[in-house]
Amino acid sequence: MPDRRTIIPFGPQHPVLPEPIQLRLVIEDERVVEAIPSVGYVHRGLEKLIETKDYNQMIFVVERICGICSFMHALTFCQAIESLMDVEIPPRAKYLRVIWSELHRVHSHLLWLGLMADSFGFESLFMQIWKIREEILDVLEKTSGNRVIISTNIVGGLRRDIKDDMMKHVLNVVGECKREMDRVKKVFTHDYTVKHRTVGVGVLSKGKAYELGIVGPTGRGSGLEQDSRTLGYAAYDQLDFTPVVETDGDCYARMVVRLREVFQSFDLIEQAVSKIPKGEISVPVKGNPDGEVVARVEQPRGEVFYYIKANGTKNLERLRVRTPTFANVPVLLAVMPGAQLADVPVITLSIDPCISCTER
Amino acid sequence: MFRMLGNIIRNLFSKPATRKYPQTRREPFENARGCIDIDISNCIFCGICQKKCPADAIKVSKDGKSWEIDPYKCIICNVCTESCPKKCILSNPEYKAPEYQKSINRRVKE
Repeated sequence: MPDRRTIIPFGPQHPVLPEPIQLRLVIEDERVVEAIPSVGYVHRGLEKLIETKDYNQMIFVVERICGICSFMHALTFCQAIESLMDVEIPPRAKYLRVIWSELHRVHSHLLWLGLMADSFGFESLFMQIWKIREEILDVLEKTSGNRVIISTNIVGGLRRDIKDDMMKHVLNVVGECKREMDRVKKVFTHDYTVKHRTVGVGVLSKGKAYELGIVGPTGRGSGLEQDSRTLGYAAYDQLDFTPVVETDGDCYARMVVRLREVFQSFDLIEQAVSKIPKGEISVPVKGNPDGEVVARVEQPRGEVFYYIKANGTKNLERLRVRTPTFANVPVLLAVMPGAQLADVPVITLSIDPCISCTER
Repeated sequence: MFRMLGNIIRNLFSKPATRKYPQTRREPFENARGCIDIDISNCIFCGICQKKCPADAIKVSKDGKSWEIDPYKCIICNVCTESCPKKCILSNPEYKAPEYQKSINRRVKE
């Protein structure tokens, strides 16, 4: 009966999600019937800025689209411009891009695992994970000069090199974090309380995930074997890895995918450090880009898609960014109906939403 | 919860992961990007840093022989440091101390 229904606003300010998205939940008793999203609280109009900034300045602007996967935004933008201008970057730069990308993936996934633990009320696990994340952030600061927005990409390569002794330090920290994660891993995969809150919650079938065009770990949790890293950009074509896939499609599967991806990233960093060649880290770039291009990169949250139209001047004509969360918001609308109100925070977090990304 | 027991015991007997901030400071790493300053005596007021700055934080005046940076606009990308022909823009690894009122860092050549 319609009169039993209540609308409860989830957000834009909510303790489990520090970012502003509002889901108006139509509730019948404790059960969600429908979720109506409304976004637009943090729109900053960054795409419009390409008309006033030149393409070299734009790298720092796109890096600020997201505060977590910032390096990958700059990477995608630079790769797009490089392919427009036929620039081949040196091999060492390709490997360095892999190392920094994977460090970013690790710290993003650790941030998410911590927030997930927090969303089902496991505070000490949250603290434990973030303690490990801090080590990774320190490595990022030591190698690049900044904790998160590291600004090392330029068109034609990189601005900073990682010296040999620093490379050893990176390996040491990665090894230490791996040992610490091994200890904590079991809590996520085997703990009764964690399983109780995540197994069978927010199930998304493989067919539905394909239909909605879900990307990244959210899709891989439902059995979609899609990982843009297999395209072989940067040095990924010379590294050995297979996409992590789980088939259950519930919150637990999405959590396990990200947990396994942390270890995969540790492995990729070790591979990249062992294979990295010596040499230059950038090539000089002259002229301005002209033409249209599309670039795709696997971010921690999934595939990011850049469309760039250039007209031969230093200012670009059009930039369009489709971030992974934009593609993943339909999951919420698909799996919310039928869920318990208490599970809404866990389901919302399970897609790893980044609202600032989505609205740019 | 019992799976955390090993970690809990380890944490009990190890030193804390956090530091007591005012007593123990976190020393900045080498090459960290803290804030931007200038050695004004070498500046030739060419204005390249102003042109390249992605945040429009730098203003250079050739006539007034002044160079100023708005530290609250500056994103510390270090493009100015790298593009300076006289290498007189300095990147300080220490973060800028907090202030009660926003101010602009203005330097004038004598």
